[in-house]
Amino acid sequence: MSDVSFVRTEMLPEKAPPASEVGVLGWIRHNLFSSWLNAILTIVSLFFIYYVLSNILAWTFQSVWNANSLSECREIMMATWGDTHGHACWGVIKDRWLQLLYGFYPPYPAHPDATWSNPPETGAWPAYFRPNLTFILLLVAIAPVLFTKVPRKLLFVTAAYPFLLPWLMWGGSIWGPLMVAAGFAIGYLAYKFVLPVAGSLIAMIVAVALPILWWLFAAGSVADAINSVIPIGIASVESRDFGGFMLAILLGVVAIGVSLPIGIVLALGRQSDLMIVKYLCVGFIEFIRGVPLITLLFVASLLLNLFLPPGTNFDIILRVMIMMTLFSAAYMAEVIRGGLAALPRGQYEGADSLGLNYWQAQRLIIMPQALKISIPGIVSTFIGIFKDTTLVSIIGLFDVIGLTNGIRADTAWNGVYWELFAFIGVLFFVVCFSMSRYSMYLERKLQTGHR
Amino acid sequence: MKKSVILGVATIAALAAGAAAAGTVDDVKARGKLNCGVATGVPGFASPDANGEWQGFDVAVCRAVAAAVLDDPSAVEFIPTTGKTRFTALASGEIDMLARNTTWTFSRDVDLKFEFVGVNYYDGQGFMVPKALGVSSAKELDGATVCIQTGTTTELNLADFFRINNMSYEPVPIETNAEAQQQYLAGACDVYTTDASGLAATRATFENAGDHVILPEIISKEPLGPLVRHGDHEWGDVVRWTLNALIAAEELGVTSANIDELSSGPGDNPEVNRLLGTEGTLGEMLGLDATWAQRAIKVGGNYGEVFAKNIGEETPIGLARGLNAQWTDGGLLYAPPFR
Amino acid sequence: MTTITDPPKEHFRLSMLLYDTRYRSATIQVIAMIGFMLLAAWIISNTIQNLETLGRTVGFGFFSEPSSYDINQRLLEYDSRDTHLRAAFIGLLNTLVVAVLGCITATIIGVMVGVLRLSNNWLIARIMTVYVEMFRNVPVLLWIVFAMAILIESLPAPRAFRGENPEATMDLFGTVAVTNRGVYIPEFLFSRGLGDIHLFGTSSLRFDVSLDLVAFLIVLGGSIFAMRKVSAWANATQEQTGDRPTIWHIQLGLLFVPSAILLTVLGFHLGYPELKGFNFTGGTHLRNSLIALWLALSLYTAAFIAEIVRAGILAISKGQTEAASALGLRPGRTMRLVILPQALRVIIPPMISNYLNLTKNSSLAIAVGYMDITGTLGGITMNQTGRELECVLLLMLVYLTISLSISAVMNWYNNRVKLVER
Repeated sequence: MSDVSFVRTEMLPEKAPPASEVGVLGWIRHNLFSSWLNAILTIVSLFFIYYVLSNILAWTFQSVWNANSLSECREIMMATWGDTHGHACWGVIKDRWLQLLYGFYPPYPAHPDATWSNPPETGAWPAYFRPNLTFILLLVAIAPVLFTKVPRKLLFVTAAYPFLLPWLMWGGSIWGPLMVAAGFAIGYLAYKFVLPVAGSLIAMIVAVALPILWWLFAAGSVADAINSVIPIGIASVESRDFGGFMLAILLGVVAIGVSLPIGIVLALGRQSDLMIVKYLCVGFIEFIRGVPLITLLFVASLLLNLFLPPGTNFDIILRVMIMMTLFSAAYMAEVIRGGLAALPRGQYEGADSLGLNYWQAQRLIIMPQALKISIPGIVSTFIGIFKDTTLVSIIGLFDVIGLTNGIRADTAWNGVYWELFAFIGVLFFVVCFSMSRYSMYLERKLQTGHR
Repeated sequence: MKKSVILGVATIAALAAGAAAAGTVDDVKARGKLNCGVATGVPGFASPDANGEWQGFDVAVCRAVAAAVLDDPSAVEFIPTTGKTRFTALASGEIDMLARNTTWTFSRDVDLKFEFVGVNYYDGQGFMVPKALGVSSAKELDGATVCIQTGTTTELNLADFFRINNMSYEPVPIETNAEAQQQYLAGACDVYTTDASGLAATRATFENAGDHVILPEIISKEPLGPLVRHGDHEWGDVVRWTLNALIAAEELGVTSANIDELSSGPGDNPEVNRLLGTEGTLGEMLGLDATWAQRAIKVGGNYGEVFAKNIGEETPIGLARGLNAQWTDGGLLYAPPFR
Repeated sequence: MTTITDPPKEHFRLSMLLYDTRYRSATIQVIAMIGFMLLAAWIISNTIQNLETLGRTVGFGFFSEPSSYDINQRLLEYDSRDTHLRAAFIGLLNTLVVAVLGCITATIIGVMVGVLRLSNNWLIARIMTVYVEMFRNVPVLLWIVFAMAILIESLPAPRAFRGENPEATMDLFGTVAVTNRGVYIPEFLFSRGLGDIHLFGTSSLRFDVSLDLVAFLIVLGGSIFAMRKVSAWANATQEQTGDRPTIWHIQLGLLFVPSAILLTVLGFHLGYPELKGFNFTGGTHLRNSLIALWLALSLYTAAFIAEIVRAGILAISKGQTEAASALGLRPGRTMRLVILPQALRVIIPPMISNYLNLTKNSSLAIAVGYMDITGTLGGITMNQTGRELECVLLLMLVYLTISLSISAVMNWYNNRVKLVER
């Protein structure tokens, strides 16, 4: 018997993996050159990237910023590089970027004669503060809805925002929006007081009917009356002065904001057992989803005035807002229907077993959950609507694309092309991309929460 | 109406009853603003500058009317319209007048129920080709690819022209002048056709304007002028005679340089006196005050001055007066007498 | 002891319409119906009143008047003396052409990109991500305009093909001309053709059916039918004997020989484009506007389809891939035979709405001057006749019909796939 054992008793130390398997080299080998096909694909794509970038980067950065007209740009290009091709003329953006962002919105609404380059003498508010403030408030108002870590108190801003937005953008007396808001208060109070007296159904009817009567017949004159006693207001701006990128954001926000409640009603209607209600909702949704937005915009610009009582006339931006709202309501209804369908059946049964009636169940159990699930869908609907606002240029509104026509009709910039569209493309990309990232983040968060 | 949107929408039914009825002159005066439909951008005729101020030849007509009616040339809301939306905007009352190089045709006047109050620019459809093509007449364009702006009478004239001359062509319809220019310069079409004024204006901004020629044939008559709705004759008269005042002022030698002097009191020429309101009651007959024409002319001068400033030979557009000279100079401008 | 008493006989009271759940739903529905009808009546009466004020009448009589304008891309014969209805019909065909072409290419590109995004080649996956994000987050109108501008600016004009030493030459052995006015490809011609049958006489909806095409399709259909028979015979033989007879040469022969004979009989040859005068003549002209619109719509929609495909693939559990690997399938086959068929079930419903979107987005054709139905009926016709009400409503009706038919077809397909899946 010998002590020699044929089995190793201690392990050999781990060897470093071969250089071709780790580090940068290993990564490249695994991710770029794992097979012949992959190697070829990689090389082809590298060439492609080089080709695209070398052209675009040269065009973007070998460019002219300080020029007041295209011909001036061309002179500078000839002097600097010897040719006029392959160089961007960013002078047009420098000259018109405010117009592209804000359209014809007056920079100092209280001073109609002042312009951006010629500010009023005495203590005016910084230029464009109203659209800017509206936009910042928008972010504040949706923050508590989108992010759970934001203080809940901000929800008050969210509640006030629907009234702040029109007031800030259109200006005028503050009493108008306040009286509209008062309508909701009236409705709530009516419900509160009628409920113990006459039961829930009557209370509901009263709570709906009173505010409508108030809005239709009293709100305007009451607002005017109060305004004549205590005039509080800011300079008003005509909506036809809205334009540029601001118009796209405004149209998108208004359409989505207003269509949310309509969409909820339509989605509930589509799911309801009441046959006529159901078919009306289905008909509306399928009709709107079946026609292109451009035809609805034709309706806004050409027909809507025909459908309203003779003499009614309100301007094209409002009409476009109405049609875009109807448009997004149909899509919103489908998103919310998806949210409703995703709720487990048990939630409905649970609500029933607690003895809640339909509206209570919707308000307390179903809707909060369904809406939460629907947020990613709502965000992507918003992105879609937001991109679709560019179509208004076809009916002659001066959104960013419409403005490019106006700008190019100026003899100074006649012939400019890529610079304007590249600028617009980047603007849209930045906004839409960040929103879609947010919605993806949310989707991931919701998934871990529910499964 | 200074109402918020929501209010506006909510009270729409209530509002509806109020409006309408009154004539356009009173509407405009009550509103304090003239709503004037213009093009979304035609070089020299209507385009917004960096401050959002509208400039151009058509725009000048709007400003003159605003000055005559409201005593303020800046009291104009310019409402950009496309070829598609312009007539609806006018018919529905969204705009009070349309000054958007619109051709006066029978069907627009009679069938669409508009009233063309005059002609502020006599135009005609022409062709532009690159010199390198070696074409000297439109009759040689058989088989050519032609860029046209859609939504105008241009495409109808073009179809007729090629049909009459038994030639074939390939139409490339394009929405805006800017796009058409791009396609034409890149050689995606051989010919660009639109109103001769537009061709000249477009050509003027080319990098090498000398490489392109405008062919001698003018294939259509395009009297461009402001228009209003049928039926409101008082308003039609105001716009018509404001335009005529500008034209007559040139004929009578009233310019922005001497108008202050001429309107200080009655002068030797009774027609000038009547025009400027120092004599007679023409203004009252129109429902305006005596100095209405003075104000209209002071905005940008008489017709000749407006022309020279916006589209004349000194500007980048560089149009000659041609048919748009006074009848005394062999042109077609012929304002009826102010009497 | 309990006595059973009948429940008190209820008399119908008016308040039961509200409080009794049996009647309440009826009440609500009746109210909804009345409300809807009132709304409709209100709109219609407003419209009538407004039209009266404007002194206009509603009617479709203008459809039978000559359109007086030309359309460049026409699948059927048309000239400026034809009616507005004919022009609308030509436009409708153009819409359908771009929609169908777009859906096909969008699907192909979308599936490829969606699969490639999951590729283990890092660079390819990243490039595809950049593509998807770029196209999804910029408005389609911009892409359409971009596509047109790129075609116009980067391709040679026909005049570059002229002269002794031209700057540009025709591709593919001189058979295809790629210009900035479009692509000219060889066309199919028959020297001993059978002629056409004219349908619908001289009405606005008339169209010609090429008998050559009909004959070719019949022969091709026959070939395919025969191939399936042979294939079925081979299967049956395999089941009986265990040996599968070699049939690929029979199949190939069946596919090509009859068609080839027919084509020879009909005198089939290709007509090549040729530079004559201002333009290329002969050949089939795929116009720039069509290509730009087609390209932009397919690339834009493909970005969405890619996401759908990727999500569909990711939804298939990892175990499926592993099981396929365990069976020894290569990655390509795993994808084709195992993953994609299962993913299809998840993919198809959102795919339908993307096809619909593509069709609806094709209405932006006016941005590049492609004469689709929005460009003819909703464009020039509407402009020239001033009949906004009729034209817009008809336009909506047309699109609605197209959309509903696509949904119907795709839903039918979806249901079929579902059944097969079970």
